[in-house]
Amino acid sequence: MELAKIFLVALLVNNVVLMRFLALCSYVGMTNDVGQSVGMGFAVTFVTVLATAATWPIYNFVLVPLGLTFLKILVFILVIASLVQLVEFYLKKNIPGLYAAMGIYLPLITTNCAILAVTFENIDYGYSFIESIVYAVGVSLGYLLAMVLLAGVRDRMKTSPVPKFLQGTPILFVASSLLGVAFMGFSGLIK
Amino acid sequence: MKSLWKTFKQGIIYENPLLMLMIGLCSALAVTSSVANGLGMGLAMTFVLLFSEIVISLFRKVIPNSVRIPIFIIIIAAFTTMVDLVMKAYFPDLSKSMGVFIPLIVVNCIIMGRVEAFASKQKLMPAIFDSLGMGLGYTWVMIAISAVRELLGNGSLAGIPVMPASYQPILFFILPPGGFLVFGLFISFNIWLKGRMEKTAKERA
Repeated sequence: MELAKIFLVALLVNNVVLMRFLALCSYVGMTNDVGQSVGMGFAVTFVTVLATAATWPIYNFVLVPLGLTFLKILVFILVIASLVQLVEFYLKKNIPGLYAAMGIYLPLITTNCAILAVTFENIDYGYSFIESIVYAVGVSLGYLLAMVLLAGVRDRMKTSPVPKFLQGTPILFVASSLLGVAFMGFSGLIK
Repeated sequence: MKSLWKTFKQGIIYENPLLMLMIGLCSALAVTSSVANGLGMGLAMTFVLLFSEIVISLFRKVIPNSVRIPIFIIIIAAFTTMVDLVMKAYFPDLSKSMGVFIPLIVVNCIIMGRVEAFASKQKLMPAIFDSLGMGLGYTWVMIAISAVRELLGNGSLAGIPVMPASYQPILFFILPPGGFLVFGLFISFNIWLKGRMEKTAKERA
């Protein structure tokens, strides 16, 4: 039950993009068409879960016993950066089909702030390993959801008359604001 | 001296990281629900940017080109850690309300972008002026956005109530969707202003 709550809060109530403004660069930049946003969403999900599985043991079994917890920022960013590189090499060599589908997104992911934020929050909230993984899946599926929603809205906007002063980037933020209002409805979901 | 001043001005207006280059948006929307947060974030950013640019500019001839990105990240992460620890020690409330966004300075595209595009190629003085210009450009936009949001959403500025007592705060503006809306309107205004500036420049020519 506790796990379901963590998952739902991360997915809907505290949606990573619409409620918490993480990963906005890719949210604005990669939602030109639905296919691309889905690819990016799954690539982020994959890396977030891997990053959580890697950083949680490093923090709790290496940094904490050595009393080096203040190095958290430095260690996590390096772990994630090298992890993304390794995943890229591995996919390229062994699973070329998957690499073709999400390889181009991988380099962009290293500096995606949602992933780093998830790994920090797992520590700050004191989650256990299982809870951390569930939280990571929830957050990144929330990211996927927001990406697909905005991509759909943008698809519709291509044929609709947008007021002149909002054309281009401003309308994206206004649309996101409205999506955000809709997502605030979920806050009643969890007591 | 004149070129230094020009470098400084670039970041504040013409190449403003938030309004013109549109990078580093996450923190700009997330922590601007009150002026104190916006200012705190702006100063933290400026600090990290200034010292990262100083260090990287000083060592630019020693850093091997092929491994420069990891080295930049380590330097930026070191200064971010300092800010994080100082904030936790001396401003615990501010640190708590900004949460994960202080450690996230490390992946802020503004810093990586300026370090890569500017500090790694320039001498010390231009790098200092560039970082101050970019930092201040970031900070004033943060303060402007948070002032609008706090005034409308809470009826106060930097915690001091300024609206008449009969004013009913529009809670929407300090909630996340309000951040998106205000920022969208800021960009819209900025595009209009840029168009005007280009038009007058053309007429003059």
